[in-house]
Amino acid sequence: MNKYNISEKIFIYFGILIFMTFILLPFIEMFYASLRPLDHLFRSPYQFFSNDLSFWAYKEMWNTVPMLGRYIFNSFFLATCVAILTLLFVIPAAYSYARFSFPGKNPSLYLLLAVNMFAGAVLLIPLYKVLRTLGLLNTYQAMIVPGVAFLIPTSIWLLKSYFEKIPIELEEAAFVDGATRLQILRHVIAPLSTPGLVVVGIYAFIGAYAQQFLFAISFNHVKEYMPIPAGLYEFIGYQTIKWNEMMAASLVGIAPVLIVFIFLQKYIVEGLTAGAVKN
Amino acid sequence: MKIKTKLKSYNSPTFLAYALIAPAAIYILCIIAWPLVETIRLSFTNSSLAGEEYVGFQNYEKMLSSKKFNKIVIRTFVWMFFSVSFKLVIGLIGAVLLNANVFGRSAFRVLVMPPWVVPIAIGMLGWLWLYNGYFGIIAGVGMRTGILDGPFGFLAYKQSAFISTVISDVWVGTPMVTVFFLAAMQGVPKDLYEAAYCDGASRWARFYKITLPQITPVIITMSLLSAIWTFNSFEIIWILTEGGPRGATTTLIIDTYKIALGNYKFGRAAARAVVVIILLSLFAGFYFALLAKINKKVSNE
Repeated sequence: MNKYNISEKIFIYFGILIFMTFILLPFIEMFYASLRPLDHLFRSPYQFFSNDLSFWAYKEMWNTVPMLGRYIFNSFFLATCVAILTLLFVIPAAYSYARFSFPGKNPSLYLLLAVNMFAGAVLLIPLYKVLRTLGLLNTYQAMIVPGVAFLIPTSIWLLKSYFEKIPIELEEAAFVDGATRLQILRHVIAPLSTPGLVVVGIYAFIGAYAQQFLFAISFNHVKEYMPIPAGLYEFIGYQTIKWNEMMAASLVGIAPVLIVFIFLQKYIVEGLTAGAVKN
Repeated sequence: MKIKTKLKSYNSPTFLAYALIAPAAIYILCIIAWPLVETIRLSFTNSSLAGEEYVGFQNYEKMLSSKKFNKIVIRTFVWMFFSVSFKLVIGLIGAVLLNANVFGRSAFRVLVMPPWVVPIAIGMLGWLWLYNGYFGIIAGVGMRTGILDGPFGFLAYKQSAFISTVISDVWVGTPMVTVFFLAAMQGVPKDLYEAAYCDGASRWARFYKITLPQITPVIITMSLLSAIWTFNSFEIIWILTEGGPRGATTTLIIDTYKIALGNYKFGRAAARAVVVIILLSLFAGFYFALLAKINKKVSNE
């Protein structure tokens, strides 16, 4: 029943080709532009092929924007801080939601979902004022503090479903045998939930990496703290925009996230879509 | 008996339960809930960098009587409608294609995800180049094939800029829709298809009569969720056009941002933010009503 004849197969592959072209076209174009010399990019009429493609832009970009390395470091640093802080807040909360029943449990879980809907852009005004009063504008914290808040809700939902998979009988058995809560946490829960923690941590890292731009352009004007998505716009400041180098730098900037994601995509997608598949 | 009471104390310690949630809850209250309330308060002031004074409903009166604002609200919904519809249709087609049992499908399933994972701000740099009127590949192909008579800056004209931002937003949102539809399709019980196949149902009939009804809850959920995200979408338009040319792509969020952090007129911007919050709450209300309905249906079955 799942066999296709030749014409059906051609039809399917043709459809996939068009779909994938739409999805991957910007990346292909970015990569191709990064290989072409600048004067070829600006050649009219439009040229598809040129025979002097090179990786020159990947070397030159570090000279054009001397802070590029710093921007990439900033992005990593910010995303790592956000991911770790998110985990610290989320682990106890998710455990509590997964294991205990208490008044107000379900309403507060749904409230968390609702919080998710108010993305950063709406709340910028009071956030700006808060950060200004605390003297945090133009610091790393200006991008970390709001970043953590917007990742907590989804992370709690994700991690809760991982904790729920650990059989409660294991904990009960240890408890009956006289283990304290802390011992149970260390010897039963921690080892069993490590894979879940890794997935949620990666999810938070990718989310933090993606949302840096808005907080960076709104709350930070100091070059030294800029993350790469915002730092890339420095290329536009030159008289002629060095598109080939900007595209090269963009690809270098997204490579780490993409690599991490490709290795773990199975687990992340499983976790995120769990709710959709259940029914 | 003793063990049972002991276990009960282990499994429902109310104080501990709250204590574990408290840090996350307090954090969200400070960074998200309090700013929400503060936005509402600010909307009744003329707050700016200089200071603030209570002005009553003045911000709202000005906003609602301005023709420009009404236009922006309508534009926001038109933009959202097109963007969400395309995401759903393309996402559904994509999910069907990636669900087909052909060689290489697991690779395609991974390849579909980059737009979702990559920071939007970086993905949009690629689109900026694609839309370049002289040197981008779209204009290039257009000129070579004769569809365009000359260079055409897609982001320079009102209508084409509007369409271009929709396309880029669809590009960002489609992968997630596809992945969720795909997951839902894989959750449809196989024996339904086998039974239909034995009864001689065609491929199309099986899709139309089995797949589609089975994944309807997910389709509805995703359409609401992506409506919310599209409504909130800021970076895509900001990077491609900053709301231009001549306001053609200014949505509510862009307008709010411009007034707030472009002109530092916090009070006036807050009034717009309150409109956004009210609309978002309506969406959220729909979403939860729907979730409750779906959950009820599932538990009844």
